[in-house]
Amino acid sequence: MSSHSLGQQMKQGLDAPICLTWELTYACNLACVHCLSSSGQRDDRELSTEQAKAVLDELAALQVFYINIGGGEPMIRRDFFEIVEHSIANNIGVKFSTNGAFIDKKNAERLTAMDYLDIQISLDGTDAITNDAVRGEGSYDTAIRAMDNLKAAGFGQFKISVVVTRHNVDQLDAFKALADSYGAQLRITRLRPAGRGADTWDELHPTNAQQRQIYNWLLAHGENVLTGDSFFHLNAFGESLPGLNLCGAGRVVCLIDPIGNVYACPFVIHDTFKAGNVLEDGGFTHVWRESDLFTELREPQSAGACASCGAFDACQGGCMAAKFFTGLPLDGPDPECVTGHGEVLLPSVPVSLVPRPSMDHSKPARTLIKSKVST
Amino acid sequence: MTVTLESSCELHPQVAIRPEPFGALAYHYGNRRLVFLRHPDIVRVVKTMGDHPSLRDTFVAEGVAESRWPSFIEALSSLTTSEIIRVLS
Repeated sequence: MSSHSLGQQMKQGLDAPICLTWELTYACNLACVHCLSSSGQRDDRELSTEQAKAVLDELAALQVFYINIGGGEPMIRRDFFEIVEHSIANNIGVKFSTNGAFIDKKNAERLTAMDYLDIQISLDGTDAITNDAVRGEGSYDTAIRAMDNLKAAGFGQFKISVVVTRHNVDQLDAFKALADSYGAQLRITRLRPAGRGADTWDELHPTNAQQRQIYNWLLAHGENVLTGDSFFHLNAFGESLPGLNLCGAGRVVCLIDPIGNVYACPFVIHDTFKAGNVLEDGGFTHVWRESDLFTELREPQSAGACASCGAFDACQGGCMAAKFFTGLPLDGPDPECVTGHGEVLLPSVPVSLVPRPSMDHSKPARTLIKSKVST
Repeated sequence: MTVTLESSCELHPQVAIRPEPFGALAYHYGNRRLVFLRHPDIVRVVKTMGDHPSLRDTFVAEGVAESRWPSFIEALSSLTTSEIIRVLS
């Protein structure tokens, strides 16, 4: 009933984000090798409880329907429940990602008692060996224990969130079976070369043959599996996967980091994609609606080197963050372009031109010895 | 579920509507579904349908041209599937 396609309208931006991710803290008990935010240690500048609540009040006024809370490990914050409760009381539903370390029996019951709350337990392998190689020793058992506690408390349908890698791609059926056994919903997302993931992407990202495998699997199971629309670059294989099929960065999506910086999406914590800070005059609303960066992202984007490719309408050139952190031009192919156009360019990118994440909150190496894993 | 001109409908009480340049977004807090209402007229219909005994009355009250009624009925039928609206009778 409209003269413009929905995708076109989305690209021009919305009055408020649909999908807002808020990393509550850079502190984390784990040190996953692909962490998008290079988390580990708390940052002294992290938003106070009162500042966080003020941001939530602003989001409520903007009618943001729900937020995705992450970190770091968000439950490490002592005011975690206070923040979540304040959000829900203001009609902002909460979905939070956790490694499960703090979901003991008592917290599982407390979480179960809350409305409009979704939980995503991160798990990157259906066995401890596969999972712990990425997420650290003991993290598989921790996640399973949290899932057991949620099930026992009667939480209902929580989500199991998987980053698909070269090493777990053969476990997609097993992940689905595991989710089913808990009455949970499976969510799979794309590995991005962001944060510490920039250092491990080469060894972890799925091969081209595996990308076809993911695509086929999603075509067969997509309706009951969440993806955060993260695999739209695979649409170049043929039939489109369900979802909006566009890069939503700064248009329908954004990230608020623990110190209040607003980035275009959760995968680009870098000064190039920093639009402002929620503590500045005008707050989040001003950043979302007026910042130079977001305004620019909502302008028509050039297809660049991809313009002559017949698949461009299907894949939209892929993921901005994946290109940026592999040093590829933003108006060119995705490094995982299924036709191989990106892959052939990678060796020619000088290492000195590959951007490094602007912030690193990783724990010092000495505290990581216990969970040190060879990859 | 298919609605007709005689259906009496209302916005689901767990649904919030947020205006956007293209129309509005509707979000169902219960089933977590997000739906795009892609024309200001359909937004007005959805918001006021609970005040009228039938969809026909709603369309008339909101000044929706009769030629557009079939497409509105189709759009509203799909909104019952996502439970954005519900049929009272």
